[in-house]
Amino acid sequence: MVPLSYYMVLSAIVFLTGFVGVLIRRNIIILLLSIELMLNATNINFVAFSHYLNDVSGQVFVFFTLTVAAAEVAVGLAIIIALYRGKATVNVEDLNLMKW
Amino acid sequence: MIPFSPGDLLAILPELIVMGVGCLLLVIDPLTAEDRKERLVYISLAALAVAFIAQYWLLGLRRPVFSGLYVLDPYGTFWKLLLILVAGLVILLAKAHLKLEAIDLGEFNAFILLSLSGMMVMVSGRDLLVIYLGLELMSISLYIMAGFKRFERRSMEASAKYFILGSLSSGILLYGISLLYGRTGSTMLSGIKAGLAGLPPHDPILLLAMILLVVGFGFKVSAVPFHMWTPDVYEGAPTSVTAYLAVASKAASFAAFVRVFMEALGGVKANWQVLLLIVSIATMVLGNVVAIVQTNIKRMLAYSSIAHAGYALIGLVVADAAGVAGVMLYLALYAFMTLGAFTVVTMLRKGGLEGDEIEDFTGLARRNKWAALLMLLFMISLTGIPPTAGFIGKLYIFMAAVGAHLTWLAVLAVIFAAVSAYFYLRIIMVMYMREPGETAGTPGHNVRIVASPAIIAVLLVAAAGVLVLGIFPDPLVKAAQSAILP
Amino acid sequence: MTPDAVPQNYLPIVIILFAAAAFAIVSLLAGMLVRPSRPYQAKLAPYESGAPIFSDARSRIPMRYYVIAMLFVIFDIETVFLYPWAVVFKELGLFGLIEMLVFLAILIVGYFYAWKKGALEWD
Repeated sequence: MVPLSYYMVLSAIVFLTGFVGVLIRRNIIILLLSIELMLNATNINFVAFSHYLNDVSGQVFVFFTLTVAAAEVAVGLAIIIALYRGKATVNVEDLNLMKW
Repeated sequence: MIPFSPGDLLAILPELIVMGVGCLLLVIDPLTAEDRKERLVYISLAALAVAFIAQYWLLGLRRPVFSGLYVLDPYGTFWKLLLILVAGLVILLAKAHLKLEAIDLGEFNAFILLSLSGMMVMVSGRDLLVIYLGLELMSISLYIMAGFKRFERRSMEASAKYFILGSLSSGILLYGISLLYGRTGSTMLSGIKAGLAGLPPHDPILLLAMILLVVGFGFKVSAVPFHMWTPDVYEGAPTSVTAYLAVASKAASFAAFVRVFMEALGGVKANWQVLLLIVSIATMVLGNVVAIVQTNIKRMLAYSSIAHAGYALIGLVVADAAGVAGVMLYLALYAFMTLGAFTVVTMLRKGGLEGDEIEDFTGLARRNKWAALLMLLFMISLTGIPPTAGFIGKLYIFMAAVGAHLTWLAVLAVIFAAVSAYFYLRIIMVMYMREPGETAGTPGHNVRIVASPAIIAVLLVAAAGVLVLGIFPDPLVKAAQSAILP
Repeated sequence: MTPDAVPQNYLPIVIILFAAAAFAIVSLLAGMLVRPSRPYQAKLAPYESGAPIFSDARSRIPMRYYVIAMLFVIFDIETVFLYPWAVVFKELGLFGLIEMLVFLAILIVGYFYAWKKGALEWD
């Protein structure tokens, strides 16, 4: 049996990868992927805890997180399409009309 | 077998009405001819009226719903009544405003109702899963609404920024929830409270989970240092959406914030009070100071709303009955003045565009004395000068702080309220002390006021709220005090 | 079980990993040594189907596909709820059936909206 801490370390690494990705990448689609990575890290956590605690509510949480993530991606893609039509860019550095 | 009783459905009747009519609007919107879209406005207003009555009918009741995942209690009912009222006013405001901006009315109403149902779920969920789902339903609808002016680049930019930072924050919040679940073995607020009792108070994972929850909710209520999205989104979004964001989404996020921290983490208060104290002070300082240098009125109001989040957070720092009642009272009163201020902004038109620069207010008193007078009232109230609602809100928050031996915090907050007078009163000065420009290129030139019955109705309700509740706050104070969390 | 036991538990997986890699390398090497090599144009084409190549495979994909992807993501995820429901369908009984019908009705609202707004039109 794999100890719980392994899963937690894995999920922390995945989460931080996603978080750092959001902070340093410039392409909105990559940002979207990074956010997905963060959500998946929480899914690892939930499933691992659920197994470890012998409690099913963590797995139920994962079902809903997946759905919410899908909804977020769909809306995100829609926003990116609209942005691309208006500005012909998917680079966040071009989102500079408003500052301070 | 699933424990289920018809009474549960009755307890969520207002939510069901709002959600059902929201979906219904999505069906009838494509089937309605372009010139009949106003019907959708009346349908949604009627739905909100029915939901408000249903919610009022449930006032004072307290019972767990759906085996404790959800709850019907005076606390939730207080917030839901406020949110339904705000949504109704925003729909009225948008009816006139969106026509000027040529934005599709049908979709807008559907999204208002869907996000409202998310907020209602969020304020009465007693399980982190339910609260998270409500929060996401609200946020996803708002991401779309921020970009409703599809042809304007600022609006699309606002939408994209709001989407990225918003989903980043909900990812962080979710990670915090997962750690909390792992440490306490439950996602129910009561289960978490019970689980925490068996843990050492300085459990590192627990502390991390708490910080992540503060970050997640801090984003939603736009507390410093998680406020970066606020000015850009408020400036870029259509003004009626901005009003909705500034009032309803902030109120709902605060409601969930307070419920989670008081009900689930109330036992380890000492751990998060210091953290929130720092956040609250930073929010007040930054919001009030940066607002001074703004030239765009929507941006200035954005920083003002950040500052107000700082005041409201004091109630949560105090974390007792008076503090919670203070937060509820503060946000209820804040709703009227902020909604009113944004409504006046929608009335200013410069050419075919919105007059959203502060200099567009130059000499407004000469052009339209009523609009200027109302703006004066809202600015005074935002500053917190009696006899307006803003004063009452601040008074109860500061009294709660003093009652919890945080007098120095109350004094600090008063000092920054005085700083805020600088930029609020500047608007009044610009409106009353200057002549409107007559030639092209001078401030205030070519600005006209567009009023419609719907806008006037919203303004009257907001002004009445600011004045009446400022002079006779007792009913609302009693309502808030009887609706605090047990 | 102690954490020390973990590496041993993964040993079979590591063995399979090496076996799979070795099989692939050995069979490819063997093929390379044994077969005759007489390349010509048609043989080097990605698809030896006779269809002529008309453009580079790494071209940009039209934005239209994003709309399809969006709709796919939404309607694909419903199975996440349909599968567990199907597993315990008998225990949930009529209540579960009604719940699922409500859920599907909400999805159909979305489908109807997308359809009427023209998201399913290709041109």
